Amino acid sequence: MKVAQEASVAEIGQQPSDFGQEWPEALYDTLKSANVRHMSYVPDAGHSTLIRLFEADADATSNVLTTEEEGIAVATGAWLGGTRSVLLMQSSGVGNCINMLSLPIQTRTPLLMLVTMRGEWNEFNPWQVPMGQATQASLEAIGVTVFRAETGHDLVEIVEQAATMAYEADQQIAVLIGQRLLGKKKW
Amino acid sequence: MVNQMSNETIERREAVAKLLAERDGALVVTGLGSPSYDVHSAGDRDDNYYLWGAMGGAALTGLGLAQAQPDKRVMVITGDGEMLMAFGALATISVAKPKNLDIIVLDNQHFGETGMQESHTGRGIDFSAIAAASGFERTRVLRTMKGVNALAEELKIPANGPRLFVLKITAENLPRSLPPRDATFVKNRFRAHLGLATC
Repeated sequence: MKVAQEASVAEIGQQPSDFGQEWPEALYDTLKSANVRHMSYVPDAGHSTLIRLFEADADATSNVLTTEEEGIAVATGAWLGGTRSVLLMQSSGVGNCINMLSLPIQTRTPLLMLVTMRGEWNEFNPWQVPMGQATQASLEAIGVTVFRAETGHDLVEIVEQAATMAYEADQQIAVLIGQRLLGKKKW
Repeated sequence: MVNQMSNETIERREAVAKLLAERDGALVVTGLGSPSYDVHSAGDRDDNYYLWGAMGGAALTGLGLAQAQPDKRVMVITGDGEMLMAFGALATISVAKPKNLDIIVLDNQHFGETGMQESHTGRGIDFSAIAAASGFERTRVLRTMKGVNALAEELKIPANGPRLFVLKITAENLPRSLPPRDATFVKNRFRAHLGLATC
């Protein structure tokens, strides 16, 4: 995964940010600083480092899900009990979440989703394109506030402020992590 | 299998009222529709969290709550239709292994809110067996109030993993007992009950 990220940065000629290739580690630190102690996920290669860090964290609870909408309910329940939760998924999973999002929206419960994008940049799998192209519109249609990050530096900054908007202003936030940032999936 | 006993059913509100009377500090999450009405009809309380929608979300809301409040027991009271939409939740909950989460499935074997169409549990799907196969610590099908009375006592004993009990209930639409419609209000009073800040 790390190799893939480095390759993608080289391919598109970006200058390495202050976070270099360690944005997942920086993201983990940011979430921990925001007192996030709970994480649920359906895996994506782009989230693999963050998943590993959370699962190794004795002070955090991690849940592997069978489908993404489960995580919307789990995060809502965690907040109900006083714990800040973050939900990790790939863009294909956003479509699964739509009706379940009525739960945090209707109860005005903080929600922070980090969504790795497919189907929008250097994508080799056509089946990823429909949901990838519909991800932002779907989230906005149900009432989730959406931010997009295209660099590691932006991503960390965006997640930091998104955590404030979610946990301190009771908003439902999705941060889309651009496929251009993630790099081409290696088979 | 031809057994008179096997067709017995429980009166849902009597069963729910019994479990709630013996809740012993448990936090309660309800699935949309009749389970929410049943719990509300037994008395509206700050430590009840009612869902009016988000079908398939009750047990998992219970999981998040149980993980956030490990010193309290969480009891999810939901229906067979709602739980069928959360089939994968049995795997997620089993893997998460909460010691303080109990799921009560009020199983009338029908989609009661939408015209009493027969559900999967009326066509052979056995949640108790599925939960057992998934690794739940205890699972059982109950068909009598005697069984419910025993369950109410059993639930007070600490567990080492999630438990799921199926109550075979009479398929009928009772008068609705509607919880507050304002979901933010219900959330805030629930959090206030736990001493948490409200928005």
